[in-house]
Amino acid sequence: MTAGTTNPTTVEADPNLPTIRIVREFDAPRERVHRAWTDPELLPQWLGPKGTEITLLTWDARTGGSYRYSATDCDGNVVYFYGSFHEIRPDRLVQTFTFEGYPDGVSLDTLTLEELDGGRTRATVVGLVENLQTRDMILASGMSKGVIEGYEKLDALL
Amino acid sequence: MADQLSRVFAALADPTRRDIVARLSAGDATVSELAEPYDVSVQAVSKHLKVLGDAGLISRSQDAQRRPCHLEAEVFDLMTKWIERYRRQAEDRFSRLDAVLAAMDDDRPERAERRAQGAAS
Repeated sequence: MTAGTTNPTTVEADPNLPTIRIVREFDAPRERVHRAWTDPELLPQWLGPKGTEITLLTWDARTGGSYRYSATDCDGNVVYFYGSFHEIRPDRLVQTFTFEGYPDGVSLDTLTLEELDGGRTRATVVGLVENLQTRDMILASGMSKGVIEGYEKLDALL
Repeated sequence: MADQLSRVFAALADPTRRDIVARLSAGDATVSELAEPYDVSVQAVSKHLKVLGDAGLISRSQDAQRRPCHLEAEVFDLMTKWIERYRRQAEDRFSRLDAVLAAMDDDRPERAERRAQGAAS
């Protein structure tokens, strides 16, 4: 690992398909990245927005398994998410993802883990939803939270 | 700036208005063309268009006959900002994952396997 440098994160929203594609490389071997994504002790340490506590309520990370977790923000607001593990392989993790407040909306998330030279790993997450409006709503949801957080931060963004 | 922003967010909070914006991104359209697919009156659509107009998201041409609605390019900037904010959230998340990966030990995959399949407490 090189101190002080961060691997870039890219996000692409296809104009014609209801997908969000996130690509990020990690300075760790594939097995380790896979474990950080599936181990119930490790996942809550990094998942979820800053200041949000993730609590796994159900966690059966294997093909055909399911999960449910709560996310508690710093004001004590709790929301729940759930889904199924469609397939788990060393190079691929396919799962559904639903916010309980919007049960009709389901994202099919495919994580692909590619082994790179030097014990590094490239992770690609493609989330597929029903239509472009839902995809845009997911992208915009961070913005509405930003409104609550305060306009100063948003002004800095704009 | 804050007022303009809150108007933009309020305008885009409504699914019908988001749909109108999405359709105008494909090209200008008149009120009656926009009202067609919805089970609402032209008046109701006009109200939505007024909210979008007050937020600066759309403009109306002076063409007295048709007065088509036009999506202002700023909305695309807004979309870019949505994606950028989403990207930053992902970046924060993955920075934390970097730290988790750095702290992990390589051994005991069997134990990790067992944990992955047990319910978390």
